[in-house]
Amino acid sequence: MHLQNRVWQSQSYLFCNIFSLLSFIKMDEQIKTFTISVYTENNIGLLNRISAIFQRRHINIESLTTSQSEIESVNRFVIVVNITEAQAKKIVKQIEKQVEAIRAYYHTDEETIYTESCMFKIKSVLLFEEPQIQNIIKDSNSQIVTVNKEFFVLEKSGRRHEIESLRRDLNVFGIMQFVRSGRISVTKSEMKITEMLKAFNNQ
Amino acid sequence: MNIETKNKTKEATQQTIKITGSEAIIRCLIAEGVDILYGYPGGAIMPVYDELYKFRDQIHHVLTRHEQGATHAAQGYARISGRVGVAMATSGPGATNLITGIADAQIDSTPLVCITGQVSSHLLGSDAFQETDIVGISTPVTKWNHQVTKASEIPEVIAKAFYIAKSGRPGPVLIDITKDAQFEEFDFSYKKCTGIRSYNPIPNIDIKLVEAAAELINNAKKPMIVWGQGIILGKAEDELKAVIEKAGIPAAWTILGASALPTSHPLNIGMVGMHGNYAPNKLTNECDVLIAIGMRFDDRVTGNLNTYAKQAKIIHFEIDPAEVDKNVKTDVAVLGDSKESLAALLPLLETKSHTAWLQEFKALYDIEFEKVIKDDLHPTKEGLTMGEVLNQINIETKGNAAIVSDVGQHQMIACRYSNFNITKSNITSGGLGTMGFALPAAIGAKMAAPQREVVAIIGDGGYQMTIQELGTIFQQKVPVKIVVLNNEFLGMVRQWQQLFFDKRYASTEMTNPDFVTIAKGYYIEAKRVKKREELADAVKEMIACKEAYFLEVCVEKEDNVFPMIPSGASVSDIRLS
Repeated sequence: MHLQNRVWQSQSYLFCNIFSLLSFIKMDEQIKTFTISVYTENNIGLLNRISAIFQRRHINIESLTTSQSEIESVNRFVIVVNITEAQAKKIVKQIEKQVEAIRAYYHTDEETIYTESCMFKIKSVLLFEEPQIQNIIKDSNSQIVTVNKEFFVLEKSGRRHEIESLRRDLNVFGIMQFVRSGRISVTKSEMKITEMLKAFNNQ
Repeated sequence: MNIETKNKTKEATQQTIKITGSEAIIRCLIAEGVDILYGYPGGAIMPVYDELYKFRDQIHHVLTRHEQGATHAAQGYARISGRVGVAMATSGPGATNLITGIADAQIDSTPLVCITGQVSSHLLGSDAFQETDIVGISTPVTKWNHQVTKASEIPEVIAKAFYIAKSGRPGPVLIDITKDAQFEEFDFSYKKCTGIRSYNPIPNIDIKLVEAAAELINNAKKPMIVWGQGIILGKAEDELKAVIEKAGIPAAWTILGASALPTSHPLNIGMVGMHGNYAPNKLTNECDVLIAIGMRFDDRVTGNLNTYAKQAKIIHFEIDPAEVDKNVKTDVAVLGDSKESLAALLPLLETKSHTAWLQEFKALYDIEFEKVIKDDLHPTKEGLTMGEVLNQINIETKGNAAIVSDVGQHQMIACRYSNFNITKSNITSGGLGTMGFALPAAIGAKMAAPQREVVAIIGDGGYQMTIQELGTIFQQKVPVKIVVLNNEFLGMVRQWQQLFFDKRYASTEMTNPDFVTIAKGYYIEAKRVKKREELADAVKEMIACKEAYFLEVCVEKEDNVFPMIPSGASVSDIRLS
């Protein structure tokens, strides 16, 4: 029995290796979550131009966040999509082709540090009537932003599954309003935009 | 010019003067060297037209009969001259009518600056009369676009527009200017744009990749070049010729690459693609190194990608990084300007002649000649063929004409059979396939190059999409030659219906008007040819005519264009019948 088990194990090992090899070949074609980061000039219409690149290829944008970047006057888009790496490569080139896009990159979840943020508006009475809520707040590492007679507001940052789990827990008691932001993320690798812009200024 | 006057003009351009936004627009256009622009006036652009009136001795505005005609005319102007074409329209319908031409220019990389009027800035978003979000609408089909709401922005935005339109891979730009910005006065000075920090139009050439390309080419037994419009846009005709002659490489062209190398060149092996020549399509799947230069592996060129040149190493010389590995995976991709890249490649190439390989092209050409070309150019059947008309035009123009074609069967025939001695001579709508392109494009081409013979070859379908531009030809006295090849069908669609839809000719048969009478109504000399014996004289008369001339040739109704790669088939499955 023991021996049989080992044979089975080694066979499954072999299968595993074949599968991982196959998946390596097809990696370009696997649908994964990619975070696309775009550094741009801060111009009206650019959001339209960039989102049109996804729309034209029938790609749904999971989330899109834009903000000021580390460089004064340069904006950063963080776009989350579920696509293949082959698609991601082409999309990034199409984005960079836009005159006012400075650089675009794509990264997998493993290559980025990312978070989302959310807010809950909940009736204040519950805070006193349902002692369990206090435990949920404590366990979930969320923060109370404000409390008044009618409602309190809870804020939480974290991964999607943490936010989802908190939402499920609170839903039992009733949520007046819920809102979640798109993903924000920074990459583990360097972006080198500042150097690029410096090089242009020195031309 | 002596130093003193030079300094004076320098001062003059940097001096500021107080003028209106609309005068600034005209002064910017003049500073960019614009001599002709095409357009149509209307409410929101009237202040600019008022200035055009004042500056009419310096800048010539051509009133087309529809805004679409203005964009196509500007395209024809740009394609024959290599300069930026300019089109102008009012807000709302005027602006939306530009869209087809802009989309055409985008996909065919034609430098265009389109200026549209817009309702006053305080009315934006209020659904005002003739208000439309043209910046939003044109976003996916422009290289860049911008809305101006203050006069002071005009010089910088127009300078940027011209720089973006013509630099790198060219394309169309749209500038939308509100009416209040046209009226507003400001301190004007103009400075040309020489760079934008977020935009790198010409990637630097990596010499290591050029060396890798040269090594592949030098070791190739059966190399083949396919060049595209990148040669013409990069002004790399001489470099291309030098490369193919030194390395002895047979070279084929895409539809937009036509005329970059003379048709008669012994290494010119013809057109690739759906209705291209037999040999280059067949042998795409037999070459060992495929060198693509300034082309983008369009689906009409490659047929089924899964069976396209799989045996070959692929080298891609390209200016636009987004085109590399987009459709076809390359082994070596050299980014950069085609002229510079080929100049860097040339000294690394070994002098060679691939005689046996070239012979394979010759042998396949002979088959195509016997089965297709002979009957197209020298038919023995009663009905006239489109091919024999082209042949007659070749004879009369000695291959020196610029051929402007529309879209469809006649276009494929024109591109296959025109003899080209001079570059920038094949003006056609390639990527977008815009019927109605040819007549207005021919106007722009002739006005940009008055010394050239410009012959428009148009089908009876496409002709009626922009037929009103005969009015422009008449008013402006543009001596273009217009040939309508009339088969009383939307021929290409009919051909597909015959081959793939069991001859169900749904809405492709046309009951046409008397085209000769229509042309004569515009006071344009016109003739109709129905018999073979009349053809040669009619073409001779047309070419000899110093003014505009319209020639209708009634051709066989149900002729097909061959060879043909059925859609979804492999290039090597090209059919001769």
